[in-house]
Amino acid sequence: MLSYTLRRISSLIPVLLGMAFIVFFMIRAIPGDPAQLILGQQATKSSIEALNKELGLDRPWHTQFLEYLGGIFQGDLGMSLKTKTPISEEIWPYLAATIELSVVAMIIAIIIGVNAGIISAWFQNSWFDYTAMVLALIGVSMPIFWLGLMEQYIVSLQWDLLPTTGRDNIRDPVEAITHLYLIDTLLNGRVDQFIEVIRHLILPGIALGTIPMAIIARMTRSSMLEVMRSDYIRTARAKGMKMFWVVYKHSLKNAMIPVVTVIGLQTGLLLGGAILTETIFGWPGIGTYIYEAISYRDYPVIQSGILVIATIFVLINLVVDLLYAAIDPRIKYK
Amino acid sequence: MSHPVIDVKGLRTSFKTDDGEIPVVNSIDFHIKPGEVLGIVGESGCGKSVTSLSLMGLVPSPTGKVEGEILFNGDNLTRASESKMRKIRGNEIAMIFQEPMTSLNPVFTIGEQLTEALRIHRNWNKKKALARAVEMLKQVGLPRAEELVREYPHQLSGGMRQRVMIAMAMICEPKLLIADEPTTALDVTIQAQILELMKKLNKETDTAIMLITHDLGVVAEMCQRVVVMYAGRIVEEGDVHSIFRNPKHPYTVGLIQSVPDMRVKKDRLYSIPGNVPKPGSIQLGCHFAPRCPHAMDRCLTETPSLKPFENGQQVRCWLYEDAKGAGKHDSAIS
Repeated sequence: MLSYTLRRISSLIPVLLGMAFIVFFMIRAIPGDPAQLILGQQATKSSIEALNKELGLDRPWHTQFLEYLGGIFQGDLGMSLKTKTPISEEIWPYLAATIELSVVAMIIAIIIGVNAGIISAWFQNSWFDYTAMVLALIGVSMPIFWLGLMEQYIVSLQWDLLPTTGRDNIRDPVEAITHLYLIDTLLNGRVDQFIEVIRHLILPGIALGTIPMAIIARMTRSSMLEVMRSDYIRTARAKGMKMFWVVYKHSLKNAMIPVVTVIGLQTGLLLGGAILTETIFGWPGIGTYIYEAISYRDYPVIQSGILVIATIFVLINLVVDLLYAAIDPRIKYK
Repeated sequence: MSHPVIDVKGLRTSFKTDDGEIPVVNSIDFHIKPGEVLGIVGESGCGKSVTSLSLMGLVPSPTGKVEGEILFNGDNLTRASESKMRKIRGNEIAMIFQEPMTSLNPVFTIGEQLTEALRIHRNWNKKKALARAVEMLKQVGLPRAEELVREYPHQLSGGMRQRVMIAMAMICEPKLLIADEPTTALDVTIQAQILELMKKLNKETDTAIMLITHDLGVVAEMCQRVVVMYAGRIVEEGDVHSIFRNPKHPYTVGLIQSVPDMRVKKDRLYSIPGNVPKPGSIQLGCHFAPRCPHAMDRCLTETPSLKPFENGQQVRCWLYEDAKGAGKHDSAIS
């Protein structure tokens, strides 16, 4: 198992190299000159050239690419053209914000989605099943931006229950240590702000979690239905086991195998796909960070941002593969 | 005479379909005495398996409906609550199934699955239950039982799995073991071993066995009494010697004739013409009449009742309407 894990990690290197290469060239294929954008419309040709030289953008592409790759291996993701700070220092707060939001969204999605799927399969064709599956269908077809705006309009503005935007109470900030605010507030012993952070997480968490929740619910249901028809479930019932345990122990563990795949894919998608939610809820996440970099032609930031997301995506898939083996003893990695 | 372990009276199991309620098992009566092995014989689709599921209370509701009486320990199981049935299942009535390959849960260890019944019904702790599981595995003739309890079903062969299934069913020392085609999916050599094992356990523990099979060889090997079922009804019943030496119902005769005999070389093996009628497709008369070589006009319109003979044999056939003893129609049939 350990050697398999190590081999899987080493096999990630070519994947990530390829990623870096593709991103590097696709960005340069976008029209627009960063020096021009930084200096504005009135800039003279000579000042643009001088800036390009300063930023290293006048050198041939392969030099730039190799230099970039060399940097990555030393943990140097380059320098932001806009802020002139190293990206490796700058990116973490944004990434932390996205991770915090995505984790909360996935927890909501998994708890509700898996259970709704299980109960729907258990009581197939019941009113619960029909209601849950109609809601799931609405959930997958719901545009996130619309859901987010509706949440803000109804829950925040009409009912005044939860804050509309942001991550915490900005009038009384907590010293950032990990930039994961749920942890920072506790490290600082600030329960009041901890509750504030949770209150801020609920609406964007639901907005972001709805689609994965619906997909997980549907996947769990169909997987459970298949498993519950199998012979070993009849064996479990013939032992005199309570239906609850037949469902939650004997059926669920078997049914989770395809569901875990979906959960992994959805988690990966959330990291990069949170941009809509982040924009609506004023969430300073990685999506916002990259989006701003794109409008500024901040090549290094775009490159590194995408690379970081891709790395996380690939790592999640690795975790999913390892989870298979933990769930299903028939899968053995050699 | 000792009390029967189980006494089935007028059992009728029907399923709701789009074409209305269709009886699959139609008013059958039989009983099993302590320590007895009763064979239930018939072609596929004659209601054998549904009978066993009715006894276990595992007929899928709400589509399935079980009526009549199943007397066990003075209780009528057709009226018993689900929680009462749960206490009986796996504890006092246990069951083994046809498909050992799929009847064990692939994601739990043998030990885990073996001990469940003890932990449910006897509230034993893990250690005590596991010790008993190891003992039980040895009793069913499995080698290296201590290691086996930590292994998963896919690491075992079909014969071993069926032994595990038997161990699992016998672990709470049930009064009645229902074996639904326990050897059908196994190699012939393994079949003999499994039958031998069941015989041994039957002698050692005095557990009555209801053996469902379509294999007359298995019946001759194992059973004291035989019930022959056809299309949801009992057509003949009696002790194994009378049935084999002196079969009365044309269906039983056909079944016995269709067993190939090594001593006689035939170009074609005998088979009963036609197929088992679909449940619900027969309305009037004897269900076997369309396939019966001796069918009379009466057979198509009137349903014969089970007629008892002096030797305890019972037959549902118009041929024996006036018969007093055995033998009258033997010449006519063979």
